[in-house]
Amino acid sequence: MSVIYRKIQEIIGPLLFLSNNHDVKYGEIVKIYSDDGTTRNGQVLKMDEEIIVIEVFEDTKGLSSENSNILFTEDSFKIKISDFDMFGRVFDSLGKPIDLSQKSLKESNIITNIEKDIYGTPINPYAREYPSDVIQTGISAIDGLFTLIRGQKLPIFSGQGLPHNKLVAQIVSQAKVLTEEPFLIIFCGIGIIQDEAIFFLNRFKESGNIQNIISFINFADDPVIERLIIPRVALTTAEYFAFEKEMHVLVVLTDITNYAEALRELSSAKEEIPSRKGYPGYLYSDLASIYERTGKIKGKKGSITQIPVLTMPSDSITHPVPDTTGYITEGQLVLNRNLNKKGIYPPIEVLASISRLMKDGIGKKTTREDHADVSSQLLSSYSDYLDVKDLISIVGEEGLNFEQKALLKFGDDFEQKFLNQQRNENRNFSQTLSIAWKILSDLPKSQLFRIHDHFMNKYYID
Amino acid sequence: MTESNKNLKNSDIGYISAINGSLIEIKGLEHQIKLHDLIKIVSYGIIGEVIHIHSDHVVAQCFENLYNLKLFEKVINLHEPLSMELAPGLLSNIFDGIQRPLKEIFINSKGLGFMERGIEIPSLSRKKKWHFIPTSKLDEKLSGGDVVGTVQETPLIEHKIMIPPRHSGTLSYIVEEGDYTIIDEIYRLKNRKNEVALNMMQKWPVTTNRPYLNRISPNQPLYTGIRTIDLMFPIAMGGTVAVPGGFGTGKTVIQQSLAKWCNADVIVFVGCGERGNEMADVLKEFTKIIDPKSGRPLLERIILIANTSNMPVSAREASIFSGVTMAEYYRDMGYNVAVLADSTSRWAESLREISGLLEEMPAEEGYPAYLPSKLSSFYERAGVVKTIGNSASGKDNLGSLTIIGSVSPPAGDFSEPVTATTKRFVQAYWALDANLAYSKHYPAINWLDSYSNYPDYISEWYYERDIDWPEIDIDWFGCRNRVNEILSKENDLKNITQLIGEENLPEEQRLILFISRLIKEGFLLQNAFDNIDNYTDIKKLLGQIKLILLLNDETKELLKQGFFIEDIKNFEVINDILRVSHSVPNNDFDQILNIKVKLLKEIQSLKLTSGGIKR
Repeated sequence: MSVIYRKIQEIIGPLLFLSNNHDVKYGEIVKIYSDDGTTRNGQVLKMDEEIIVIEVFEDTKGLSSENSNILFTEDSFKIKISDFDMFGRVFDSLGKPIDLSQKSLKESNIITNIEKDIYGTPINPYAREYPSDVIQTGISAIDGLFTLIRGQKLPIFSGQGLPHNKLVAQIVSQAKVLTEEPFLIIFCGIGIIQDEAIFFLNRFKESGNIQNIISFINFADDPVIERLIIPRVALTTAEYFAFEKEMHVLVVLTDITNYAEALRELSSAKEEIPSRKGYPGYLYSDLASIYERTGKIKGKKGSITQIPVLTMPSDSITHPVPDTTGYITEGQLVLNRNLNKKGIYPPIEVLASISRLMKDGIGKKTTREDHADVSSQLLSSYSDYLDVKDLISIVGEEGLNFEQKALLKFGDDFEQKFLNQQRNENRNFSQTLSIAWKILSDLPKSQLFRIHDHFMNKYYID
Repeated sequence: MTESNKNLKNSDIGYISAINGSLIEIKGLEHQIKLHDLIKIVSYGIIGEVIHIHSDHVVAQCFENLYNLKLFEKVINLHEPLSMELAPGLLSNIFDGIQRPLKEIFINSKGLGFMERGIEIPSLSRKKKWHFIPTSKLDEKLSGGDVVGTVQETPLIEHKIMIPPRHSGTLSYIVEEGDYTIIDEIYRLKNRKNEVALNMMQKWPVTTNRPYLNRISPNQPLYTGIRTIDLMFPIAMGGTVAVPGGFGTGKTVIQQSLAKWCNADVIVFVGCGERGNEMADVLKEFTKIIDPKSGRPLLERIILIANTSNMPVSAREASIFSGVTMAEYYRDMGYNVAVLADSTSRWAESLREISGLLEEMPAEEGYPAYLPSKLSSFYERAGVVKTIGNSASGKDNLGSLTIIGSVSPPAGDFSEPVTATTKRFVQAYWALDANLAYSKHYPAINWLDSYSNYPDYISEWYYERDIDWPEIDIDWFGCRNRVNEILSKENDLKNITQLIGEENLPEEQRLILFISRLIKEGFLLQNAFDNIDNYTDIKKLLGQIKLILLLNDETKELLKQGFFIEDIKNFEVINDILRVSHSVPNNDFDQILNIKVKLLKEIQSLKLTSGGIKR
C-alpha cells in the first residue's frame, strides 16, 4: 500500500528530509503533490531509522514543510514498452507519447503490460560476443575508414556550429545492416532545443525510414533530472528489442555533454566533492553505465550499437566529457572546424578518429577483401599529404618533387571526392571503395606500400 | 563465502539500519565483527565488507547495488575477510572482481547474459574431478608451502597442491593417485595437538600478502618480444612497471601483446573498470592463439578477472587484490607469474567513489589521502622470492610476481595524482605518447620520458645471449646506451632543424637525424597485428639494432673520408634494414647475416668507385 507523508522536516536545495516511520524501499520513486497543483518527482537517496532523504528531480522552489503531500509509490523507475505501437513515434523521458511542435503530451497512451526497470543490470562479460558484423551508414568517411560494427559504441566528438546534427540525421536515415535482419533505430535527444528536435523528425520523415525509428526527446527546458533518465529509458527499450525480439538496434544519443552537465548540476546540489572541472568523481562510472549497455550476447541474434554525440566545450578534446568518453567507447569520430570551413561535409578529422572494432569486422566476408589495406593506405597517404602541406608553407609549391606533387593531388581529391559527399548521398561499401581506388591511383604504385600486390593488380587504375 | 552460515549465534545476526549508495549501516554486529570481515544480506544474497566499526553500529560497503532494499533486513556475519578460493580450476577461467565465476553464472542464467543480483555460485567447481598424483610419502614432516602432490590443471601448467601456510605436521594419511574434487579429503597432517584433514583447496584473504622465506634481487628479464621494451626499457621478472597513456595511445594493445608473448608461466589479466567488449576480445583471442612451444591455446596459462566499468565499484576496488592473490598462489608453486592490471586508474577512481560516500576529507582531485598507501600495498606484492615450501629436489624454490599496471590519466596529463603517485612505487615506466599515436607510431612508448631501473639487474642474461659480430663490438647494454645517445642528440637537434632545414646541417648532424629515423622506423616501430612483427626474439632484436649501429659507425668513417650522407642514403641495403621487422621471421637469422654482408659490400664498393673524394 502506498504511504502519504504530509510533513517535510527540512528542505535543503533539492533534498527533502522526512522523519522515517514506515517501510521505505531504497531507490523508491516518490511523488510530491503541492497545494498549487504541481507534481514533482523524487527518489529515495538515503535512509536510516530516523530520516528519509529524498532527492527531488524538479525545482524545489515554492515547497514548504506543510504545503505538500508526499506519496511513496513503492516502485522504481520503469518504462512501458509495447511490441507494436512505438515505431515511428516520439516519446518523452517517461515514455509518454508527445507532440513535438507543441511540446505537449498526446492523448493516446501505450497499452502494454511490459514494464522494465530503466537502470538495467550489467552484461556478464563472459556472455558477451565479440562484435564483428558491419553496419553500412552510406557515408564514405565512416564506412571506408572507421567502419561501424554491430555492438560497438562509436561516439561523434563535435563542437558548437559543426554539422553533427546533419551527420546524425543522415546516419539515422541511411544506416542499415547488410543481412536481411530486422533493424531498428532509437533516437534519444538529451536536452536538445525544440528546433533541433523538429529538424531531426522532419529529416527522419523525408528519409522514408520513419517506421524503423523510435524517438525519445528531452527538451533543453525540461527538468534537469530527466536528462539523466532519458538515455536509460532509450537503452532499456533498446535492450528489449535487441535481446528479447532479436533485432539489431542502433541507438543515437545526442548530446552527452548536456547529460554530463545535468549530472554535475545535481552533484553540486548534493554538495558532493567535485573532481575535474566540477564534474563528480563518478562521471566515468556513470557514463560507463550508459555506454556499456551496448554489445552482443552469446546465443542471441540481436545487438545494440551506440552513436553518442557530444559537443566538446571550446573544442577541447581533453575536457572531462570527451576525455572520459574516449576511455570507455571503442573509438571516436572527431569533427574538425577547418574542414568545415573549407566546405567539406562531413568534416571528419580522419587522423584523430578511430574505430577500434573495425579490424575484425571488415574484409572478404562482410565488405570487401581489399578494405583493410585501402583504409590503412588512405590514412597513411593523407598523413603524408598534411606533411607536404606544411612543407609548402616553407619551400613553396615549386620546391616539391614529383612524389610530393602526386601527394598534393591525392590529398585534395581525398578531401573533395572521398570525404565530401551530399547530405542525402547514400554510398554503399563498393561505391566507397571504388572512389578510394580512384583517388589512390593519383599516387604512383611505388607509394602504395600498404596494399598487397594482388589487390594492386586487381584494383589500381593505371 | 556461502558455506559458513550454519550455527549462527545471536551476536552474528544484525539488521540494516541505514542505506546510502552502496554503503549500509548495520546494528547488532558491532560487538563481535572484525574489521574487513564480510557480511551477507540474507534475503538478497548480497555480500559486503565491514569498513567501519562504531559503538552502536558498523558500516559495510556492498558489492552490489541496493535498490529496493528496506531497513531491518537481516544481515549475518560471515566471520571471514574477502578471500580467494585457491585450487585447480583457476586457469583459463574468468571471474569478476570478487571471484564470482562468470562462465558458471552465464550457464546458470539459462542464456540470459545479464548479471543478476545475489548470485550464489561457488568460485571454483565443487563437482569437477581432478587427477591427483601424490608426491609426498606417509610420515614425512611437512609444513606450509610444501607440495603433497600435483594435478595437471591444464596441459600447460602443472598445479602443485601445497600445504596451506601456517599448517605443519606429519603426513598421517594421503590418498592414492586418482580423481578427486577440490573438496574431497586428500591428506591429513598430524602434530602434537591434533590431526587435520585437508583437501586441495585453500582460502586466502586478498589484502594479506602470502608469506615467503625471503626476497631476492631479480636477475631474469621478463622478455616481451616488443623491441622498444626489451632493448630500451626492459623489466625483470618480479619487477613493477606503470604504463600511463591517454585514450587511443595503445595501452590495451600493449597489455594484450604482453599477455600473449611474454615469457611468464602464468598470466593474471585483470580488466578493472574497462570495456566489456575488450574482455570478450581477450577471451576470443586467447582461445585462438596457440602457444608455439606447446601447441596449446594460450588461454590455458591465463586467469581472467573482469570487472567492467559498469559493474559495481566496490568489486572493482577488490579486483586487483583478488588478481594479485591468485598470482601469489602460483608464485608459491615456483612459477613466474605476471599480473596485468588494466587500468589502475579505474581502481583508484573506485576508491575515490567510496571515499566520497564516506564523506572522508579528500586530498588531491578528490582522491582519498590513503591513495599512496593503497597503491604501494599493491605494487609491493611484486618480487622474486624464495618460497616457504621446499622443492622436491631440495634446492631453493624460487617464484616471481611481476606487476604491470596501466594508468589512464585524465586528458593524458601525467602530473595527475594516480600517475604521479604510481611512479613512486614502480621501477619502470613506459610513457605512452599521444603525438606518437597520432602519427601512427606504435607502440607509442616515448623514448625520452620512459625509463627502467632494471638493465643493471639483467644485463648478464642478455650478455650470455649476445651475437658476436667482430665488425661491431658492443653487447645489448652497449646497444642501449648508443641508441639512447643518438635519440637524445636527435631531440636536441629538433629545434634547429625546424629553423634552418635539414639540408643546411653539418654532415655529422644529418647522420644523427638519418640514423634516428632508421631506429624509429626500422626498429622501434612494431606492428602488434602482423604475424612476423608481433614478437621479436632476442637474436633478431640484437641483429636488427646492430645492423643500424653498424651502418652508423661505418658511415661516420665514410663522412670523415669526405663522403656525403646522400651517398649512403642511396644504399639498397637501407630498404632491407627497414623491412627486417616484418619480413624476417625469428628463426631466419641467416637473412640478417646476409643483410650485414650486403651492407659491408655496398660500403666497400662506394669507397672503391669514388675513391674517397675530399671535400
